[in-house]
Amino acid sequence: MDRVLFGDNQFFGVNHMSEEKARQQGMRFQDIRAVIQVLDDAYAENIKTFMCTTHERTAEICEHFRAHPQKYPDYKFYPCLPYAHKYANAAAELGILGAVRSFLPQDNAFGALLKGGMSLATKDVEGLAQLLIGAELKMFAGLDTPVIFLQNVATDFLLGLGFNAAFRMFADCVREGYGAEPGFITMNAPLLVKSLEKVGIQNPIICANINKIGFRMCGGMQAYDELITNGRCRMIAMSVFASGALPAQEALEFVCQYPQIESIVFGASSRRNIAQTKQLIERLSLN
Amino acid sequence: MIRAGIVGLGKMGLSHQSMVNVHPEIELKSVCDSSGYMLDVLSKYTGIDTYPDSRKMFDRGDLDCVFVATPSRYHADIVADALERGMHVFCEKPFALEPETGYRLAELAERKHLVNQVGYHYRFVAAFNEAKRLLERKVVGDIHHVRAEAYGPVVLRPKGSTWRSQKSEGGGCLFDYSCHAIDLVNYLVGRPVSVSGSVLNKIFSSDVDDEIYSTLQFANGAYGQLATNWSDESFRKMSVKISIWGTNGRINVDRQELQIYLRSVPDPSEGMVAGWNVRYTTELTQPVWFYVRGEEYSAQIDHFVQCIKSGAPALSNFRTASDTSLVASAIRADAAKARTTVAPGTHPAEAPQAIKPRRHGAQSFIRTLFGRS
Repeated sequence: MDRVLFGDNQFFGVNHMSEEKARQQGMRFQDIRAVIQVLDDAYAENIKTFMCTTHERTAEICEHFRAHPQKYPDYKFYPCLPYAHKYANAAAELGILGAVRSFLPQDNAFGALLKGGMSLATKDVEGLAQLLIGAELKMFAGLDTPVIFLQNVATDFLLGLGFNAAFRMFADCVREGYGAEPGFITMNAPLLVKSLEKVGIQNPIICANINKIGFRMCGGMQAYDELITNGRCRMIAMSVFASGALPAQEALEFVCQYPQIESIVFGASSRRNIAQTKQLIERLSLN
Repeated sequence: MIRAGIVGLGKMGLSHQSMVNVHPEIELKSVCDSSGYMLDVLSKYTGIDTYPDSRKMFDRGDLDCVFVATPSRYHADIVADALERGMHVFCEKPFALEPETGYRLAELAERKHLVNQVGYHYRFVAAFNEAKRLLERKVVGDIHHVRAEAYGPVVLRPKGSTWRSQKSEGGGCLFDYSCHAIDLVNYLVGRPVSVSGSVLNKIFSSDVDDEIYSTLQFANGAYGQLATNWSDESFRKMSVKISIWGTNGRINVDRQELQIYLRSVPDPSEGMVAGWNVRYTTELTQPVWFYVRGEEYSAQIDHFVQCIKSGAPALSNFRTASDTSLVASAIRADAAKARTTVAPGTHPAEAPQAIKPRRHGAQSFIRTLFGRS
C-alpha cells in the first residue's frame, strides 16, 4: 500500500464537524468535474490511490478513470462498501429484508436473480453477501482494486453482534472473487483485530481513526498503542486531524511517531492543502 | 452482570443488540422477534437464544432488563408485561402513542422502582447537552424564540410497505421525526403550554403525514416553531437542529456543532467572547466503550446500565417521553381544526383583531388538552 491514500468524505457531503461545511462541499462537488479536478491535483502530487465509498456518484468517477487509462496508468481504487445510508434509508422504507431484496441484482442476469431468491429463501448468508458485494463492486469493473474494505458501520455492527463468520465470508469473497486483499474500517480496532484472529484472519488490513485526541478510538488510546506497536495488523490511519480539531503538524507528528502505521488516508479539496499535507507526512516519516 | 433481552429486531433492535452484546456490564441472554427468518440467521451465526414471542422469553425469568424495539403500536403491552415481571425497561421512541398510556406506564415503573428509559438519543448528543448547560446558565439571557427543525430522506416515493407508512401502527413523520425535535425542545427549554397553527401534510405518503409544522407557546411567554419533514432528499441522513433566541444572543445547535452568538459576555469563566463562539463535537463528545453509529446511541445504553446500578432516574424516561407524545397529540388535534380563510371582504381592516379571538379560543382548548387551566 502507498504511504499516502486519498479519501472521499469531502466529495460526498460528509463532514463530522459541521453540517454547513458538508453542504458547501456537497454543492462544490455536485459537478463530477470538480471531483476529478481534485483527484487530478492529488495525482499530480503523486497520490495514486483513491479510497472511496460505493456511493452512487463514485460510479461517475470510475467511468472517467476507465475512459482515460493512459492518463492514470498506475491508479488504484480501494472501494469501501457498503454505502450504509443507502441501506439504512431503504430499511426504514422497506424493512430489513425488503432492503436486502432491493439491492440484489435485478438486471438481465437471470442466474444472479435466481441465486438471490434462492439465497434469501435458504438463509444462505454467504450467497447473499457475495451477491450484495458484487452489486456494490460493479462500478469498479476494469479498474485496479487491490484492497476492498468493509465500511465501519457494517464492520462494527457485525463486530458487536459477534457475527464474526461474516468477516470470514467477506475476506474469502474479495480474495477469491476479486483477487483483492480484504480490509476492515472500524472505530473499535483493538476489539476487531481479536475477533478477526478468531476466524483465522491474521495480520489484517485495518483502517481506523488514529489521532492525538483519541477521537473515535474505542477501546482507548493505550489499547490502540499496543495494537499498533505489536504489529498484529497492517494499519491505515484515518481521521488523523480528528475532523479538523487538530493542527496539521501536531496531528501528523502524532501519527508518524508510529513507524508501524503503513498508510495515512486523508481528504482535502485544494491542491495547496493536498501538497502541504503530503509533504508534511513525507518529512515526518523520514525521522 | 446485568442480564438483558431484546424484543423486536428491526433497524433499532439490531443496532441495540450490537452495542448491548459488547457492553462490559451486560450479559445479553436472548432476543425475540416475530420474523423467524431473522431469528434463524442470528441464532445460526451468533449463537444467541431466540424467541418468537416476548412472553415466552420473559417466562424464562432470567432477565433483569429488556430493550423494546418493536413497531410503536406494540410498545405499551410489552412494556407493561415487562414491568409487571419486575424488569427494568428501555423502550424505543416514541414510547406509547397515547400520552395517557405512557403516563400510566411511567407510574407503574416508578411505583415498582424500575429504571425506565426511552430511546430519545439526541438527549445524549454532547452538543445538545452543552447547549442545555449554557441555557441553564442563561448565557443567552431570557429565551423569547425557539426553532426546532428535523429533516431527512425517509419517504421519497409514493410507496412503502413497513409499519412506518401506516397510521394505525404509529407511523408517520409526527411520531418518527417530529418527536425527536419536540423532545429536544422539552429537554432544552421546557414543554410548550399550547400549540397553534399546526399542519400535518402529506407529500408522498398515502396514509401518514410527511411534514409537520406548528407554533409552540411556552410558559414564560416565549414562542417557538416546529418544522419537520422526512421527505427531504437534500439531507444525507436525519438532521435535527435547534435555534434559540434570547435577550443576550442566540444558540444554534445540531449534532456536529454548537454556535453561540453573545451580545455581551455574562460569565468570563466560560471562555467565550462577544460575537460568535463555536464548539465542535470533537471537543465536546465523551469517549464510549463501543462505537457503531454515533456516540449517543452507545451513551444512552450505558446510561441505562448506570441507572440500573445506581437507581437514579433516566435522563429520557417514560414520563419525559409521555410529555413528548402529549405535545405530538396536541399538534395532531390542532391540525384538525378549522383555519382562518384568506378572502377579500371576510375580515375587518385590522387583521390582528380578526385573528385574535380565534387564537385565544384555540389556546384555551389546548390548555384543556394539556390539563392546565
